[in-house]
Order: sequence, then C-alpha cells, then structure tokens
Amino acid sequence: MDLMTNLMPAGAEIFMLVMACVILIADLLIKQSGRLVTYMLVQLTLLGCALITVGTHESGVVYAFNNMFVDDLMSDVLKLLTYLAVSMMLVYSRLYLTVRGLFSGEFMVLALFATLGMMVMISANHFLTLYLGLEVLSLSLYAMVALQRDSAVATEAAMKYFILGALASGLLLYGMSMLYGATGSLELGAVSDAIKSGAADKNLLVFGLVFVVSGLAFKLGVVPFHMWVPDVYHGAPTAMTMLIGSAPKLAAFAFVSRILVEGLQPLVQHWSGMLIILAIASMALGNITAIAQTNLKRMLAYSTIAHMGFMLLGMLSGGIEGYGTSMFYAVVYVLMSLGAFGMIMLLSREGFEADTLNDFKGLNQRSPWLAFLMLLLMFSMAGVPPTVGFYAKFSVLNSVVQAGHVWLAVVAVLLSLIGAFYYLRIVKLMYFDAPESHAPINVGSDSAFLLSVNGLGVLLLGLLPGTLMSVCAVSVQQSLLLH
Amino acid sequence: MIFGLPIISVAIWLPIIFGILILATGGDKNAPLARILALVGSVLGFLVTIPLYAGFVRDTSEMQFVELHDWIARFNIHYHLGVDGISVLFVLLTAFFTPLVVLAGWQVIEKRVAQYMASFLIMSGVMIGVFTALDSILFYVFWETMLIPMFLIIGVWGGPNRVYAAVKFFLYTLLGSLLMLVALIYLFNQSGGSFAILDFHKVALPMTAQILIFIAFFFAFAVKVPMFPVHTWLPDAHVEAPTGGSVVLAAIMLKVGAYGFLRFSMPITPDASHQLAGAMIALSLIAVVYIGLVALMQTDMKKLVAYSSISHMGFVTLGFFIFNAYGMEGALLQMISHGFVAGALFLCIGVLYDRMHSRNIADYGGVANTMPIFAAFFMLFAMANVGLPGTSGFVGEFMVVLGAVKVNFWYAFAAATTLIFGAAYTLWMYKRVIFGAVANSHVAELTDLTLREKMIFSVLAIMVLGMGLYPLPFSEIMHVSVNDLLVHVARSKLPL
Repeated sequence: MDLMTNLMPAGAEIFMLVMACVILIADLLIKQSGRLVTYMLVQLTLLGCALITVGTHESGVVYAFNNMFVDDLMSDVLKLLTYLAVSMMLVYSRLYLTVRGLFSGEFMVLALFATLGMMVMISANHFLTLYLGLEVLSLSLYAMVALQRDSAVATEAAMKYFILGALASGLLLYGMSMLYGATGSLELGAVSDAIKSGAADKNLLVFGLVFVVSGLAFKLGVVPFHMWVPDVYHGAPTAMTMLIGSAPKLAAFAFVSRILVEGLQPLVQHWSGMLIILAIASMALGNITAIAQTNLKRMLAYSTIAHMGFMLLGMLSGGIEGYGTSMFYAVVYVLMSLGAFGMIMLLSREGFEADTLNDFKGLNQRSPWLAFLMLLLMFSMAGVPPTVGFYAKFSVLNSVVQAGHVWLAVVAVLLSLIGAFYYLRIVKLMYFDAPESHAPINVGSDSAFLLSVNGLGVLLLGLLPGTLMSVCAVSVQQSLLLH
Repeated sequence: MIFGLPIISVAIWLPIIFGILILATGGDKNAPLARILALVGSVLGFLVTIPLYAGFVRDTSEMQFVELHDWIARFNIHYHLGVDGISVLFVLLTAFFTPLVVLAGWQVIEKRVAQYMASFLIMSGVMIGVFTALDSILFYVFWETMLIPMFLIIGVWGGPNRVYAAVKFFLYTLLGSLLMLVALIYLFNQSGGSFAILDFHKVALPMTAQILIFIAFFFAFAVKVPMFPVHTWLPDAHVEAPTGGSVVLAAIMLKVGAYGFLRFSMPITPDASHQLAGAMIALSLIAVVYIGLVALMQTDMKKLVAYSSISHMGFVTLGFFIFNAYGMEGALLQMISHGFVAGALFLCIGVLYDRMHSRNIADYGGVANTMPIFAAFFMLFAMANVGLPGTSGFVGEFMVVLGAVKVNFWYAFAAATTLIFGAAYTLWMYKRVIFGAVANSHVAELTDLTLREKMIFSVLAIMVLGMGLYPLPFSEIMHVSVNDLLVHVARSKLPL
C-alpha cells in the first residue's frame, strides 16, 4: 500500500492534529482581546474536518495503517456528529467562559485535542489505537476540568477524574493484554477470528473480557463504576461538564461497539450477561439517586448514568438492529444533554452559576420561550412523546423485546417512570413556582439562538424521527460485523 | 376527503396551529387577542368535524375518512387516521367542548391567558388524534402528548394543592402508558412487523400472552377511566384543576380510557377479556356502588362530582364487559351523556366558584333566591346526572341495566342502586346549595348568569335534553360498528 491510500482515510485526523498545533502556536501571538480569532479558527477547523470527512468518504469499509485504522460509514457519521457537538459546545460556552476568565487558547486547543482523541477512538480497529484515542481524549479532559485553577471544587473534580480514569485505563489495558495473550493479536478482526477458531484459551478470554468490560463501564460511567461521574459533573466548570457529557458519549458508543461487537462478538453470551447487570444497576441507581439531588448538574450526572444504562440495553440485545438503536440513543442523548447544559450556562452570569434546581423556579415568568425549550428537553429526557427522547427509548425497547427479554423491557420502563419524576420536577419548578430572582436573561445572544434550534430540534426530530433512525441503523449495518 | 381536504388531519392540526398562533401573541397585554383567536380556532375546529358526522356511512363497520401515509419507515409506522362508529362521536364531543371551555375561561383566567388558551386548543387537537389514530404508535404519541398540556393546566392555573395533583396525575397515567408501550412492542413483534391497530386485531395469541397484554392495557386504560382501585388521582386532579381543566378531564379525557378498552383490550385479547370479565365487572360494580357512597360523604362540590364521574364510568366498563349489544351501546351513550352532564356540572360549580371562591357545600344555601336562572340550569343537569327519563343520563344507564339483566340479575340489581345513590348525593347537594334560606351575606350578593354563561348552558341543555328525548342520531351511527366488534370479540384468538 502506498502512502496516500493510508493517509487518505485519516485525513480529518491529520488535519485536526496539524490545526491544533497551529492554533496552539498562533494563540501565543494573540492578545486576550483578540481571543475571538482563535475561537473562529477553532470553529473553522471543525468545519474543515467535516468537509474532509465528507470528501474522503468511500462506500464500504476502508482499512489503513496495517488494519489499525478503519474508515467506514459509522465512523464518518459519528465523527460528523462529534464535530457538531463540539462546535455547539464552543458556541454555548463562549460567553460563559469569557466572564469567568477561562476563555483561553488552552481551553480551545484542549477541546480540539479531545476531539482528535474521540476521532481516533471512533476509527480505531486495533486495541492500541483504541487505547491511544482514549488517552488523548481523557488527558485533554483531565486538564480541562482542572483549568479553573483557583476553584477548589474543580481541582478536586479533576483529581478524582484523573485517578479513577487512570485506574480504568489500567483495567482496560490489563484486559486487553489478556486478550492478546489468548489470541495473539491486537487487531479486532484477528482477535474475533482467533476466538471463533476455538484455539484461544476460553478461561483467559473470559477473564480478560471481565477487565475490558469493567474498563469500558468506568469510561461510560455506569454502575458500579460510576462514582466519578457526579463529582466531576458537579465540580467542573459547566462548559467542561458539557464537553464531558456530550460528544464523548458518541466516541464511547463507537469504542464499546468496536471492542465488544467487532472484536469480541463470539463471546456475546458472556458480555451480554454482564451488560444486563450493568444496565439495570445503572438505570436503578441513576434514576433513584437523581431524585435526591438539589444541584442540577449533579442531577444530570445521575441522569447520564441512567441514560448510559439504557443505551447498553440496545447493545446487549445483540444483533445489528440493537446496535443501531444504541447509536440512535447515544446521538439523541448528546443532543438533549447539550441543550440542558446550554440552558444552565445561558442562565448563569458573572459570578453566578444557575446550577441549582431553585434557579429554575418561575422561569416561565422570566422567559416563557426558554422555559418552553427546557420543557421540551426535560420531557425528551424523560422519554415522553412527541419529543425525540421517546423514539430513542422506544427503539431500544423494541430491540430488547425482539431479543426476547420482555421482562427487561418492563424493568427498564418502570425505572424510567421513576426517572420521569425528577425531570417533571424541573418543569414544575419552571411553570408552577414563583421566581426567586428577576435578573434579566440575555436572550439575544448566539447561544440563545443555538439553544432555540437545539430545543426545537428535539421536537422536530420527535415529529419526524425516521431519517435519523435510518441513518444510525444503516451506518451500523454497513460497518459492524463485516468479517 | 371532502373538498380535497383530509378532514381528520384538519380537525387535529387546526386547533394545534391556532394554539401555536395564540402562544405567539405573547404576554398578558395581548390577552384580548389571545381570547379571540382561541374562540375562532375552537369554533372552526368544531365546524370542520361536522362533515365527519354528516358524511359518515352508517351501514359499514369499516374505517372511514382514512388517511394513510408513511411516517417512520424503519418500524413500519404510519400516519394512519380514520374513524368508525365507535370513535366518530368522540371526535365531535372533543371539538364541541373546546369552545365551551374557552368561553368558560374568558374572564376568570387573568394570568398567562395565551398559555392557558393555547394549552386547551393543543390538547383538543391531540385528543382528536387519540380517537382517530389507527397506528398504535401514533396513538401512543397522541396519548402521551395529551398529558403535557393537562399537566400544565392543573399545575399553573389550579387550586392550592395543584402541584401535588398535577404530579400525581402525570405519574399515574405515565405508569399505565409505559406498560402499554411494552405490550405494543410485543404485539409488533408477534404481528410480523406491523403497528397497525387493525392488524393487531388479527394476531393469534396464546392465553398467557393475552392475559399479560390485557393487564398491561388495563393499567393504561383503567387509570384513565378511572376504575377502582386506581381512581385516586381523579378527585385530586379535579379539585385542583381550573374549571376548564375539570370539564375537559371529565368530558373527554376519561372517555379516552374507556375508548382504549374498545379499541385495544377487547379486540386484541378477546379470550383474556372473557376470562377476566368477572374481575372487570366486579371492579365496575365496586365503582358504581362504593364510589357512589363515597360521593355521598363529600363536602366539596367538585369532589362530589368527581366521585360521581367515577361511579358513572363504572357503568361504562360494566356495559363493555357484559358483552352484549345493549350493554355496549348503552355504555357508549353513557360516555357521551356523561361528557355533557359532567362537563355541565363542572361548569355550574365553576360559575359558583368564580363568584364565591369556595367549593364548599356548607358555604352555600339559598342560591335560588339570588340566581334563579342558574338554579334552573343546575337543576336540569343535576337531574341528568341522576338519570331522570327525558334527559341524556337515562338512556345509557337504562340500556346498560337492560343488558346486565340478560347476563345476571344481580349485576343489574347492583348497578341499578346507582339510581338511588346517584339521586341521593346529587339532589342532596343541590338542595343544600340552591334551596333554603339565604345562608350568608356573600350568597345574598351573588349575581345571576351573564349572557356568555347563559349561552354555554343553553347549548349544553339542548344537548342533554335532545339526547334524552331522541337518542337515535347518537345510537344509529354506532350500531354496525358495535355489532361487528361484538362478533369479533366472541371469536377466540387462541392459536390452534
């Protein structure tokens, strides 16, 4: 293979890396007042990556760098959505970070490196590439959480995130090494073939699988490996929380599906059992604990735990349909979570974080439009039609029932009923209670506009969910399980 | 299709579009505009449903005015609408009540008028969607969406304990719906990949599956009806809701649950329906008798009418599960009549509440002296609630009792006690509120009905009397569909 055929599929990653370095240096020459230039450069980089990703798209699955890297429809779709999510995150957080003095070049470059990590995770076809992407992402995120140096909470969150994240990486690596020992390969396809051939030591494989699944569970933040999630979500500045809570979920979906489906599909009856336990425990603990929260960011953290559990339901039901619904769930979740955190940032102002539930009291009287958008987002998270959150839950439940686990669908449904309560409480606070503060809300900004698009998107996708569903299903179908 | 217009879609979306327009009028300074838009939208919304009745072909049980478009291709979900003899009257009933509710809230609602009016219009469109959806997921979407405006109506414009009532209402109904969703998905997989309700009717199912599905549907529909013992949300919701909310709740939303039994539970799981009919009849009779007695004890007028609604809805479910034409047609007529009567009674209580800000029976007495016209209307609706011959309340109850006698004399006997209890609690309340000496200075200052209120009550009085004296226009339209449903339900769907 000549150099170009190798480089082409990874064009977007290369461009991203180059631009991140260029912006890092260019930013040194820009004064704080001209930071908007850096911001525009970052947005342009994301746009450029999107164009390259679309431009280098080829039908079918293309492998590069000795099968370490894969470019398929799923990776292209997920990458495009990742750029979109990161770009939205930047728009939402610009004003928020500016008034806090955090709107720096480092923040934006770290966001680009995090994006690069996600892109590598999405396109990895090899344990080492997967690990590389994961670490690029994680290290950028640790640094971003710690960016607010003078905040004790943020520093504590960064510390917890780092230590637990390192532990998870260790678990994952340990598991990978066992799989390597058993199969003699690090490439996902070869691992799968080796397991299928029956030559690999079954005990060693299952043992390694346990570690790998634990590591994945840590990164996804599902019970019982969820301890870091609430603290990090709560402690980090909201812009960072938004980044952690949005795009990486797409990468995490790709990560889980590459490892479990492409690499370890022959062990499906082993890992699907583990996922059932993880999913039920996450939905139960996430939904029940969220009720007791008074801080919205913590509440959303527990809600993430529950949502990730729900997403795993799609994975464990096995079969290509299930993976497609899981991806759809992840995409929808990212959209909703961006909106919810965006709302917190929009309501925050200098020296004030609108992150407790009481800050949402009487929002309908302060700004009916924002209250309506938040209502859409909350009902969507609760899975109430006509919002898109319903179809996410619906399609996952459908694949669970198709796989023959009707009881699991009933359990999931009952647990999401508990979840509905705390989302409903936000709506209650906004509409039924009197406001505590009458501070004006800056509704003329670009982030308010984006929030309107985001909130209405949740409704419109709910009225016409077919296209996004098909995109997810088709891209999974054309990408996974080909060998 | 009439004049090339898909009538059902227009009936659904016209009020919703008006609702959005009303929201766009913004704050309370534009309240007069919001009110007028709401009235125009709701009246137009009613007018467009009239062709459904006029153009309805009486001698077929097929779905009519059908609209079928692809919606979500991956799951074979369609935008599939249509009406048959069972659903068509409820579409009209829904559209009929919206202008009345708008008028009832004309002056009383002073804060956030646009949001109030918009909620009712959007809810009206969505409820028509529930009655006309022929695709189960479309049905489910409408079914759940219906909760959101009602939740806001109770919670924003309701009484002192409104938050508790709103959340209770929402969670109760959501519990039932979610189980139904699992049942629908299961049926989708059994029917070979279709979500069409009419396809579900044909799926053969073993007894265990039928019973489980029946129970899942039961949770969804029984909560809405509401049947004993899952009725406890209703008195709270009714008491706390503003007048308009109570009217829609009683007149339409309760009917949605009963409609679900006819459209889903009975035809999809006929064997389970027969198997569990005894339990259903028992629960219905408990509702009729026990809840009737509970109503007797109430000191709050709205609570009293709320319990009376539960008791009357017990009649409806009784009529369904005795599986004969008298019972089922009687139950359907009872549903429509109860819509008029309960709606009217809540409006009556609203009239008093607007003037006195009390729903307590003990605060009243001698209202007839100050509000004679009101007292006359109230009398008519109270008598209809009792089931006096000549009013709409009589027709349905009589037919259900007649149907019950054919099955078991004691069912009919227990059901017929409602004629006594119903008379007792309704007339006793009427006596304490309306008759007697003027109880206090507040009552002495009451003013009689305004022109707007007279108009609302006149329309309702015409319906109540008209339906009581000449019920044929209501019953003939449902004959064929009801008979067809009974034939379908009598056939076993167990796999051979």
